[in-house]
Amino acid sequence: MSSLVARAQLVGAVAAQYCEHVDKEGRFPSEAVRAMKEARLLSAFIPREFGGEGAELSEIAEVVSIISQACASAGMTYAMHQIKVSSLISHGDRAEWHQEFMRRISREQLLVASATTEGGVGGNLRNSICAIERSGDRFTLVKDGTCISYGRDADAILITARSAPDAPASDQVMAVVSKDQYKLELTGAWDAMGMRGTCSDNFKFSAEGDVAQILPNDFGEIAAKSMLAICHILWSAVWYGIASSAVSRAQSFVRAEARRNPGQTPPGALRVAEAANMLQLMRSNTIAGLTRFAQAKLNDDDLGSVGFIVAMNNIKIGASRMVVDIINHALLITGINGYRNNTPYSVGRHMRDALSAQIMISNDRIFGNVANLLLMHRLDPSLAA
Amino acid sequence: MLDTLRQLIDKHARLPVQAATLGSGQDLYAAGLTSFAAVQLMLALEEAFDIEFPERMLNRRSFATMDSIVACITELRPQALAS
Repeated sequence: MSSLVARAQLVGAVAAQYCEHVDKEGRFPSEAVRAMKEARLLSAFIPREFGGEGAELSEIAEVVSIISQACASAGMTYAMHQIKVSSLISHGDRAEWHQEFMRRISREQLLVASATTEGGVGGNLRNSICAIERSGDRFTLVKDGTCISYGRDADAILITARSAPDAPASDQVMAVVSKDQYKLELTGAWDAMGMRGTCSDNFKFSAEGDVAQILPNDFGEIAAKSMLAICHILWSAVWYGIASSAVSRAQSFVRAEARRNPGQTPPGALRVAEAANMLQLMRSNTIAGLTRFAQAKLNDDDLGSVGFIVAMNNIKIGASRMVVDIINHALLITGINGYRNNTPYSVGRHMRDALSAQIMISNDRIFGNVANLLLMHRLDPSLAA
Repeated sequence: MLDTLRQLIDKHARLPVQAATLGSGQDLYAAGLTSFAAVQLMLALEEAFDIEFPERMLNRRSFATMDSIVACITELRPQALAS
């Protein structure tokens, strides 16, 4: 099998052909996801012993970025799938049912979606209203108003709920349920400004399954120790991909202008230099997140530390703000050609997709959490990694 | 010290249950402690016991149970055990 990067580029080439249509129609990027399955990219992150390739998070981030350069909806779909898979890898590696499910993902290239939000909890995924109802070895679960990106096209869903009907809102577990075990009732269709292909519809979800399908660790621990970090890093990789693509278009625009007027530096050239500078900061930010996470994984106390949470939140906030700024630069450079939707220099889709970054877990909510944590945590001024 | 701790938990940890109903080794996060409330509780503990939690104690494990909180406080201020 060729390298992950080579296969990601193939998927990117497929995604690029359909991205305009995906965006215009607000439809699932099915061609790109089919290509991911054919290239066996959906199991890349899964350890070899469970049929995957045991890729590093940094390699997955690179795949995410490559696909997102072509189609951010496809890139985000891949990122969200891997965020869910990472919970199975980190917290299901000792549970037989989940080991077998990882083998199934590898064998059948299953696409896994997430149902962590719920109507009535105000966007706080660390609170649930719905609860797992156990009866012997079986459980039932009904979750109302949950947003499930690519829910209709997923093969399985990881869903959060209170561990029991009498458990407090934050005592949550996460269960893995496959398509044949759940029913989705559409309650709100996704028709959004950008990221139109993620099809993040709202559903009433109901399922039945075996108690063994519930991940052994409580969700609070899963969120704190792997999901939050991987989520912010892979999202940042999506946004970096979008920003790179916009800068590349702006650079092509200026180069074409320079060729038409030899001997003169086009006015936009300076802004390309500025955009390249910001793009480098964004790249460094994401790489720093990968390094910090790799380091924290070696030490459980570090992984559960306030300093680590602050750092990961800052990765997300930084990337989500920079991407909009960078695309705006690309727009200033390309002018009316970038503003129009039908030129090779268009950055409208980039901008609309990127604007989602600051509200996917609202930056204001994250700043609020960090503000609270900084009442305790003292920032480390050291440059040493 | 556990009595003082239970009082502070009731006041700052925003648990859906009274601290008196919780065992000292019971997981506070499972009982409903959020990371936001954990920080509020830490600040209240610093004030009550006149201590300052060093960076190495600012993690999930230190505040997971009343026992682990007591261990942190005792390490920082051995005489606090008597209070």
